[in-house]
Amino acid sequence: MKNGAKRSILKVARVIRSKNSGPYELTLDIMFKDRRDYELFKKRKLITASRIASLYGVDKSEVLKIIYFEPSQAIKITLKRKIASGTPGDTDIYGAQQHAPLLNLKF
Amino acid sequence: MEKRKKLPPFKILSTTAILGYGFPLSSFKKGLSKKPDLIAADAGSTDPGPYYLGSGKSFTNRTAVKRDLRLMIKAGVERHIPVVIGSAGGSGARPHLDWCLEIVREIAREEKLHFKLGIVQADVKKEAVLKALKEGKISPLPFVPPLTRKVIEDSENIVAQMGVEPFIKLLKAGAQVIVAGRSYDPAVFAALPISRGYDPGLALHLGKILECAAIAATPGSGSDCAFGTLEEDSFVLEALSPERKFTPQSAAAHTLYEKSDPYHLPGPGGSIDLTGCQFEDLGQGRVRVTGSKFVPSDGYWLKLEGVRLAGYRSISVAGVRDPVMIGKIDEILKAVEVKVRNILGKDSEGSRLYFHVYGKNGVMGELEPVKKTKSHELGIVIEVIGPTQTEADAVLALTRSVLLHYGYEGRIATAGNLAFPFSPSDVAMGKVYEFSIYHLMQVSDPAFFPVKTEKL
Repeated sequence: MKNGAKRSILKVARVIRSKNSGPYELTLDIMFKDRRDYELFKKRKLITASRIASLYGVDKSEVLKIIYFEPSQAIKITLKRKIASGTPGDTDIYGAQQHAPLLNLKF
Repeated sequence: MEKRKKLPPFKILSTTAILGYGFPLSSFKKGLSKKPDLIAADAGSTDPGPYYLGSGKSFTNRTAVKRDLRLMIKAGVERHIPVVIGSAGGSGARPHLDWCLEIVREIAREEKLHFKLGIVQADVKKEAVLKALKEGKISPLPFVPPLTRKVIEDSENIVAQMGVEPFIKLLKAGAQVIVAGRSYDPAVFAALPISRGYDPGLALHLGKILECAAIAATPGSGSDCAFGTLEEDSFVLEALSPERKFTPQSAAAHTLYEKSDPYHLPGPGGSIDLTGCQFEDLGQGRVRVTGSKFVPSDGYWLKLEGVRLAGYRSISVAGVRDPVMIGKIDEILKAVEVKVRNILGKDSEGSRLYFHVYGKNGVMGELEPVKKTKSHELGIVIEVIGPTQTEADAVLALTRSVLLHYGYEGRIATAGNLAFPFSPSDVAMGKVYEFSIYHLMQVSDPAFFPVKTEKL
């Protein structure tokens, strides 16, 4: 990249999604189109617990894990659900629409 | 050492991602023509939320489940292929199991089929959970509050996800069709091959993929069959309709779905370790998978699921188009709640009030990073959860009318603050459940689930 201009994650991701992993966890997937971009993210540790915590406005301790999954050239992030699926106050039973903050990632 | 006979390929036909989601007849027939050793489907999930386990109702449609089951059972019984169904009725507690069994018996009568039906219950008595808690044999999953005596006592329909053991017991007893309560999804696929000596890591990993049927193919579908062939050192996946195929990427990607760690998939008695797993393209839409390992855990742990009644729900749906009101929506809603609570006093104490404000943060709630809405209209769902339906209805009715006529500062439209799309505006939704138990329990006998057989 010239002049240090930042690129949008949308240029390199094939899939960005969220879903429950059981009623108490929310899991986010970023799958890359190209292995080179995946390797870049992995090498430079572009996705960290603090970055995710700040994107979602949560405490770092609520980010359970970040896993780089080779076979799918994908990054998986698991967060604590603020409210367990279906508990009064919940807004998304399946957790399928909690991915939008990831779309703002620049690198 | 005597040379062991090589195991023949073990072929599995998975019909659909969830029993009742359907499958094309053409795919099913193609699967049958490949002479499967097993026809199986998983019927369950906790995804639709806690209501279904609590209420004893299925989240799938009876007519659709009967259609899928009729095809599977008829084909299986006529061809002497075992048919195995797990997590009957969606949540797999006693009422769900009974619901599914009634459908199976109806099919047997209507089709004049005779077979040995195997039944496994997944319900766990409160006393057994209390005893395990006392003995330190309960362990919470991440972010789940610790289990207490009170929570166990308040919970309804506690089930445990069974592993392969109860299925093996029934298959050995000659059951031709098995209907089980809450099951670990891969168990219905892996039980028979594991009992015949196939590698449990490969069998369970294959089951993990087949439980979603063609979802792991590309283009994915939850309403189409998938076919798996298990061999001694690998398994092969293939789709059964010409419009989709398995690719190494589609099969690997599925491993990410709804899981927190794609390398280690925990289940009853241990986990599947995929760190050495390889996905190889065989061409013609087929993928070979190698290297999946089963790692037994220290002690045999089962996952418990239970829910408790949280109250009764009433809702009202309305829209707001007034820019002055939209600009002050947070303070208006706060003031409305205060007013309602002042009027009702003690009568509203047991009720919880939620405003779901679509166009602002209705979808993400607290997680929403956009704090100021740019929307020109908002959708509001007023939700009340009360200790009885009557109380919930009363708090909702008052909240709706107070919000409708609330005189906020700067108000210019004085005829009413809300646009209701429906008359009546209020809906009584009935019981609300919440997950209360989502913990691991250690057991000494993995096959402790009560099994029985029935001659049909």
